[in-house]
Amino acid sequence: MSTGKRPLSPHLQVYRPQITSVLSILHRFTGIVLAVGTLHLVYWIVAAAQGPESFAAAQAFTASWLGRFLLFGWTVALFYHLANGIRHLLWDAGLGFELRQVTLGGIGVLVATGVLTLLAWMAGYGFIGSGS
Amino acid sequence: MVEFTLPKNSRIKKGKTYEAPASAKRVKNFHVYRWQPEKEENPRLDTYEVDLDNCGPMVLDALIKIKNEIDSSLTFRRSCREGICGSCSMNIDGVNTLACLCPIEDIKGDAKVYPLPHMEVVKDLVPDLTHIFAQYASVEPWLQADTTSPPNEERLQSREDRAKLDGLWECVLCFCCSTSCPSYWWNEDRYLGPAVLLSAYRWIVDSRDEATGKRLDNLEDPFRLYRCHTIMNCTKTCPKGLNPAKSIAEIKKLLVARR
Repeated sequence: MSTGKRPLSPHLQVYRPQITSVLSILHRFTGIVLAVGTLHLVYWIVAAAQGPESFAAAQAFTASWLGRFLLFGWTVALFYHLANGIRHLLWDAGLGFELRQVTLGGIGVLVATGVLTLLAWMAGYGFIGSGS
Repeated sequence: MVEFTLPKNSRIKKGKTYEAPASAKRVKNFHVYRWQPEKEENPRLDTYEVDLDNCGPMVLDALIKIKNEIDSSLTFRRSCREGICGSCSMNIDGVNTLACLCPIEDIKGDAKVYPLPHMEVVKDLVPDLTHIFAQYASVEPWLQADTTSPPNEERLQSREDRAKLDGLWECVLCFCCSTSCPSYWWNEDRYLGPAVLLSAYRWIVDSRDEATGKRLDNLEDPFRLYRCHTIMNCTKTCPKGLNPAKSIAEIKKLLVARR
């Protein structure tokens, strides 16, 4: 029943960020980051197929300061999306809906993201050294 | 549709300030959303300085004091003042809740009071609930059975079957949950929202109801049910401590199970 001139009450502008909604939008955002990151993965593989010169160029970009920064963001997104994805699977099975579980699970996802990212980079530098 | 900003006619302007009497010692500022249909103006945020030494403990008490003593034009819904009627639902301090169940002392700093989010405003803190009640009616929230009830007797339920309704029947239809849900904000024309889906589930699990299949058919729809992305703002905000997100998950499970 729209009268046309009635205002719309404020929503995003006034709703306090909740651990529920912030983690939810992060899931979507990291999904987009992963999709974009996959483009770089494709570029890297195609470069490898094209020959040593192209691959060296791709490697140089990936190992550069910017490349590593982007790669770091991609791993954060990967582990967040993975951990929160598992939480979504549990929810789809009807588990973990109590508010306490939702809050603790959310914090757990954030901790897991940090730990897994750290481990991945420690393993990366451990295996291949600083690269370049 | 997702729209991050407010339409031009909905942007909030600075409003008037109503100062507390000089004798007041414990003053709290209440910033309250105001819009009157008879004035051709944008909504504004008026500030009322309330003397807490002369005010009840809840936000609703402050609003009633403002209306009685400071500005009688302030408009809001209220009735029972004890969390049973569901009338005084609004956005207080950034979260949807019932004003009568929200202690003033829980709010740090100034109190901000807005109508339920992403709704058409009738006046001040009163949103238009026509559409959401039509959605409620669409799930046919009453007992449906083809069999006749036993003569001179009610339709009986086992204790276990009755227990399945706990956490569902307590809903007071304040719509705090539905209007806290970003998915409902963007798709309120077709998504039913947590409050209505919880009510739908209340009849789906009722052992006395015989229309379960029809009810599930009605919900099996990409928009009516599946715009729920388990964001869980609904459960987080429910002033009655209910769990609409869990009810929606149970409906989704039932739809998978019957394939």
